[in-house]
Amino acid sequence: MSAALEVEGLSVAYGKVEALHRASLRVPEGSIVTVIGPNGAGKTTLLGAIMGLLASRGTLRYAGAALEGLPTEDRVARGMCLVPERRELFAGMSVEDNLLLGAFHRRGAGARALAADMTEVYGRFPRLAERTRQLAATLSGGERQMLALGRALMAKPRLLLLDEPSLGLAPRVVREIFRIIADLKRTGVSMLLVEQNARAALQVADYGYVLEIGDIVMEGPAAGLAGHPRVIETYLGLSAKTSQPD
Amino acid sequence: MNEDIFLWLIQDGVTNGAIYALLALALLLVFAVTRVIFVPQGEFITFSALSLALLEAGRTPGTLYILVIGGLAAAAMEAFVALRERAWRRLPRIAALYVLLPVAVAVLVAWAAPRKFDQWIQVLLVLAMVVPLGPILYRIAYQPLANASVLVLFIVSMAVHYVLTGLSLVFFGSEGLRSRPFWDAKFRLGVLEVSAQSICVVVASLVLILILWFLFEHSIYGKALRATAMNRVGARLVGIPTVLTGHLSFLLAALIGAVSGILIAPITTLYYDTGFLFGLKGFVGAILGGMGSYPLAALGSIAVGLLESFSSFWASAFKEVIVFTLIIPMLAWLSLRSRHVEEDEE
Repeated sequence: MSAALEVEGLSVAYGKVEALHRASLRVPEGSIVTVIGPNGAGKTTLLGAIMGLLASRGTLRYAGAALEGLPTEDRVARGMCLVPERRELFAGMSVEDNLLLGAFHRRGAGARALAADMTEVYGRFPRLAERTRQLAATLSGGERQMLALGRALMAKPRLLLLDEPSLGLAPRVVREIFRIIADLKRTGVSMLLVEQNARAALQVADYGYVLEIGDIVMEGPAAGLAGHPRVIETYLGLSAKTSQPD
Repeated sequence: MNEDIFLWLIQDGVTNGAIYALLALALLLVFAVTRVIFVPQGEFITFSALSLALLEAGRTPGTLYILVIGGLAAAAMEAFVALRERAWRRLPRIAALYVLLPVAVAVLVAWAAPRKFDQWIQVLLVLAMVVPLGPILYRIAYQPLANASVLVLFIVSMAVHYVLTGLSLVFFGSEGLRSRPFWDAKFRLGVLEVSAQSICVVVASLVLILILWFLFEHSIYGKALRATAMNRVGARLVGIPTVLTGHLSFLLAALIGAVSGILIAPITTLYYDTGFLFGLKGFVGAILGGMGSYPLAALGSIAVGLLESFSSFWASAFKEVIVFTLIIPMLAWLSLRSRHVEEDEE
């Protein structure tokens, strides 16, 4: 299977402090790959470097083409899209305007195509359809995450990077978000999913990496990782053996 | 002071205030989108007002040299980057935008200047010369430093201001100029005699503000500018290029500055460095409005205009002092009131 994203020996430093140390990973076309790890392991840094928000050393290849030196907007235009941990919505603008701006790099696509995409997003997130005129700042946490996801979908990404999509959300909303992620996979979108909620992430993913203090310490098929004693002990807790996530 | 003078001072204050309001909007826009405190805003006023006066006199304004020199400098910088990255396909576009366009405008103006066309054609010529200076200036001075701190960008602004004032002195000389009014009539409104020129200024300012509002609310580029001002990271993540929003905001700032200069040229005698003071008063207006809201900045600017006209009646020697002193209590209040907001704001 060809790779949507290949990362080789990627390092990122904030001043003299190295936050990511020669990380290598691969996202095969059409699959979900997850990176799990504790707070401060460098997960957000990894995604920032892949999108070109942070300067990095190492090789990055997207759909076979090198990304070095390409500004973020060009990476977006090629079909990469990040849903950031902080959502980064346009707080003072309406839900509809946020979605419309998600399709900024496709502004030449024509009003009809954009309207059709917007209908599709509203179909996926009926909660947003009820709030088209509402300002993004007035949405609840779950609605914000839906809007962030919807805005990303408006860009028609081929590779979606998701940073902690379940962070700070109620269990019911978390389930909904993960259902949507599994759904998106069926449309052929490749995904790199960064999560602290390791259990949910490993359930939905095909392959997983464990990142600790800037180093990838373990990798393997998601089901195998979920059964690995060290992963169970550190990230899943004892309850993994007895109960299912809610 | 009698009723007559009172009303006359108000008219004077509102006319100037309308122009300060335009400038305040431009300053706010540029600051919100690019974090540049745009000190050289006033130079666009000088360039357009003096160019208009010179065109009326049938002389060739030096603005066209500034345009061509600036265009060539920007083209050289763009070409250097393109050559280093071996992006040959970018070269024709660079040549068209930064060389052909400025030279074409310059040739057109040089040809038209001695022919003394109608005033509205001269206004269009002035706009064609001054408006492209905005993006050119952004390309040369600010784009290479797009990620620098607000303070660094401010220092660059001061440098750009001095360079442009110097160029202004070189190309326009030190004489003061004033252009003909667009409309000479005067109306009697009760005891007050309203000059048609002040009506022109107020109406033109209102129309321009409405056009800008429409652009920001309804066009994808206007929305992109607002989005960038609201959340820089979010804007980059949806693929809005920083370079594009920078160019757009500077284009609008130059347009606003040029229009202000054209409006003000028949009212005041302008010298090579007068624009700076207008720009500063727009800045005071924006600060009075809290440096965040467009309508409040417009109101603040009207207040500056009124204060200026009344203080020039009672204490004309101190009129600038009074206007500029106003920002001290305002800044103190703003800094006491401000607190760090975490979510969705930088």
